[in-house]
Amino acid sequence: MNAAVLEVRDLRTHFGAAKAVDGVSFSVARGEVLGLVGESGSGKSVTGFSIIGLVDPPGTIVGGQIVFDGRDITHSSREEMRALRGRRMAMIFQDPMMTLNPVLRIDTQMIEAVQAHENVSRADARARARDALGMVGIPSPDERLRAYPHQFSGGMRQRVVIAIALLHRPDFIIADEPTTALDVTIQAQILAEMQELVAQNNTSLIWITHDLAVVSRLADRIAVMYAGRIVESGSVSDVLGSPWHPYTAGLIGSVPSRNRRGERLHQIPGMTPNVARLPTGCAFAPRCARADAMCAQAVPLFTAGMREHRCVHPLPEFRK
Amino acid sequence: MSVDTLPPQLPTDAERGEEPPFRILMRAFFRSPVAVAGLVLLAAIVLLALLAPFIAPQNPYDLNQLDIMDSRLPPGSQSMAGMTYWLGTDDQGRDMLSGIIYGLRISLGVGVSSALFAALFGASLGLLAAYIGGRTETAIMRIVDLQLSFPSILVALMILAFLGKGILNVVLALVIVEWATYARAARGTALTERRKEYMEAAESLAIPRWRILFVHLLPNCLPPLIVIATVQVARAISLEATLSFLGLGVPITEPSLGLLVANGYQYMLSGMTWISFYPGVALLITVVAINLVGDRLRDVLNPRGRE
Amino acid sequence: MTAAIVRRLFQAAMVMFAMTVIVFIAVNVIGDPVDILISPDADQIERARVVQALGLDLPLWQQYLRFLQAALHGDLGQSYVYNEPALGVILQRLPATLELAVSAILIAIVVGVPLGLYAGLRPDGIVSRIIMTVSILGFSLPTFWVGLVLIMLFGVQLGWLPSGGRGQTAELFGVQWAFLTKDGLAHLILPSFNLALFDACLILRLTRAGVAEVLPLDYIKFARAKGLKETRVIGIHVSKNIMIPVVTIVGLEFGSIVAFSVVTESVFSWPGMGKLIIDSINVLDRPIITAYLMAIVAFFVIINLVVDLTYTALDPRVRLQGEGS
Repeated sequence: MNAAVLEVRDLRTHFGAAKAVDGVSFSVARGEVLGLVGESGSGKSVTGFSIIGLVDPPGTIVGGQIVFDGRDITHSSREEMRALRGRRMAMIFQDPMMTLNPVLRIDTQMIEAVQAHENVSRADARARARDALGMVGIPSPDERLRAYPHQFSGGMRQRVVIAIALLHRPDFIIADEPTTALDVTIQAQILAEMQELVAQNNTSLIWITHDLAVVSRLADRIAVMYAGRIVESGSVSDVLGSPWHPYTAGLIGSVPSRNRRGERLHQIPGMTPNVARLPTGCAFAPRCARADAMCAQAVPLFTAGMREHRCVHPLPEFRK
Repeated sequence: MSVDTLPPQLPTDAERGEEPPFRILMRAFFRSPVAVAGLVLLAAIVLLALLAPFIAPQNPYDLNQLDIMDSRLPPGSQSMAGMTYWLGTDDQGRDMLSGIIYGLRISLGVGVSSALFAALFGASLGLLAAYIGGRTETAIMRIVDLQLSFPSILVALMILAFLGKGILNVVLALVIVEWATYARAARGTALTERRKEYMEAAESLAIPRWRILFVHLLPNCLPPLIVIATVQVARAISLEATLSFLGLGVPITEPSLGLLVANGYQYMLSGMTWISFYPGVALLITVVAINLVGDRLRDVLNPRGRE
Repeated sequence: MTAAIVRRLFQAAMVMFAMTVIVFIAVNVIGDPVDILISPDADQIERARVVQALGLDLPLWQQYLRFLQAALHGDLGQSYVYNEPALGVILQRLPATLELAVSAILIAIVVGVPLGLYAGLRPDGIVSRIIMTVSILGFSLPTFWVGLVLIMLFGVQLGWLPSGGRGQTAELFGVQWAFLTKDGLAHLILPSFNLALFDACLILRLTRAGVAEVLPLDYIKFARAKGLKETRVIGIHVSKNIMIPVVTIVGLEFGSIVAFSVVTESVFSWPGMGKLIIDSINVLDRPIITAYLMAIVAFFVIINLVVDLTYTALDPRVRLQGEGS
């Protein structure tokens, strides 16, 4: 792996008292696929929006650094960030039904994306848009360009969105659960296509999801988030094969699997914590069977080779 | 939304308590200082109107008390008898302050009574439409739609053109203008309420229809109707003033605020602005106070009506 | 699509027909016009002659049929006061009302949309709060009272603008218009602002609510994620979505503005249809009242039709439904 295209160091994005993201660090190498996993409310989407500089008010980045291609962009001006967004970094959203503007035609929405960053004629921009649609497998793209979003199916819309994200061959793409809203068959198709496209372009991919199955197919590395922090990270095979953090283990245990047919599905007791009232220590402690007094204190980051975790009572004995 | 939603701050059990809903509503209402100010203002205005004979320096309807020599005096002038006209006098030598206090009575009276009758009439029809359904519903709602597609001022103008001036005619015109709003709202809420379980329970118990309608359905449709009624009172007062200003409203002998404004209109260009200005201010304060209260009521009673 | 238009046209015709009945019955409830038209000295024969000439001696339903037949030929009776065809009298006043209403709606849009956008984009700013508070006032204030204050302030105290009348007019397409002359334009300013106030506030609040609703949506965020300039995000992506309700309201409110011009025209002595109808009501000039009502109903029906069609043109989703059915 070569140098990191994106490095996030101790990122803190707070919404007033709610610490949605509170000390997240990770890096993504060129061409690498990182799976950012967590339940809803764990801060994974906010992390994504923080990176591209689109956190909704009242949220603000209160600390940490985002280093893109060797340059700290945490405090870049709005115009600098705008020039990066869509050209060198792109984002794909969860619900393709909501991502495209319903009252604008597809060509309008694609041409403007080209012209936002390059001084090209409308005709050239249109040709680029058409090629991009062809690339993501949309039949008769010339015709489809003149359509409105509501004339597409969900899967087709997500393909359009992916085509828009790929227009400028960005350095990395943040994909925020882009297949969750789709049918399972479409989901698999899009996953495969996406994998191929980023491999072709050597684009890095941050795949935000709660679905471990997707991550295991797609990602090189995985980072598990809980209550605004990354509790464990490492290669997919390591982390999913032998999780160290009890939360990761709990997540894996709650995935239905063919091998354990007939068994009761494991579930993590309790509820996700309120990020406005987090404890000093491990946020997972109240739900954790292994917790004791030590967990009430601030948990340092433990590093072992390429793997990291935040747990004072890790699970070395857990083996499949 | 793809952004992770933060868990909402639910009230704790202690906060929620066992308080009756009315108390909770009151507490929510009083949390807005602007609304409380509006309520205090409104209470003062209502008191002023109710107690007019005891508060006003003069009885403006009693021609014996008026002195034509005192006509069109600016605010703060002394009368021949030594009394001070704080807001000046009009062209008949009437004390404007007294005229305004008595005018408030007419304006409030017309506004409240028309809203009340319109609410009774409109809400009953709306409930009936929702409850009976079928052709009755279609017919009622067609009329409502037709009525609402015309501006209130136009409808009121025409009715008064046909009926002539007079307080009762004005009230009648306002009722005809307003009932449709209530009917639509009542039908809307009744339709949602009907689907709820308590209605099914009432129907399965074979309770008489009229009883279901008035004892079970009506009380549950009240909150949105109350909100509408508040706003409609303000609208009615405003509309009455407009009609009176146009010379189609209340008779000249017992002027409402709008008519007081109209009476001063002709003197305004010659610089005697107070005759029109102060009744207008009184009208404005009244309408704004009611709207402030109504706005807050809507927020408190009907949270989904707000963005 | 065509079927929908035909259906709407049929509905419109039905409303017009219903209104002729209502209007006719209602107008004939007003007191006896004979008393007004004929001097008390006139003898019995003279009275009878007038009554017969006006057809007032026929049964109501016959009078109605005569009325309906004539109305279909554009004849809504002879004004008792002006002694001219009522429709003609109304139509003479139409340009004055029209230019007042159009300038009012333009002012309402030009003032309301940008301020609403601003308040929607910066919901917590002090300026936005001031804008919203003032707009509540604008809702509460009765039109006639605002008109008086405008006259008091700009006409009497400051003396900047004329406080009544239409001023000089100039001809365009064979019609006299005030907005073509400097003097006429000066006369137009106060009344059109007066008339615009309510709708400016309405459009403002609608725009703001629209912005507040659209801004957090994913497609706006995605537009930003594409790296679009903020001017394009607001100017195209946000605006095009909020234009749909705004256009609807502008269309529907145009009728309302014409109706409320009754008040403004009375305050500013603007010689339009509104002032005419008030004067006519006061002297019970029945044909004028009838003609005004019919004209305004026709006007409303046309406006509703146009709004529907514009709406279809603006929102591709509605268009598709129309094609499907």
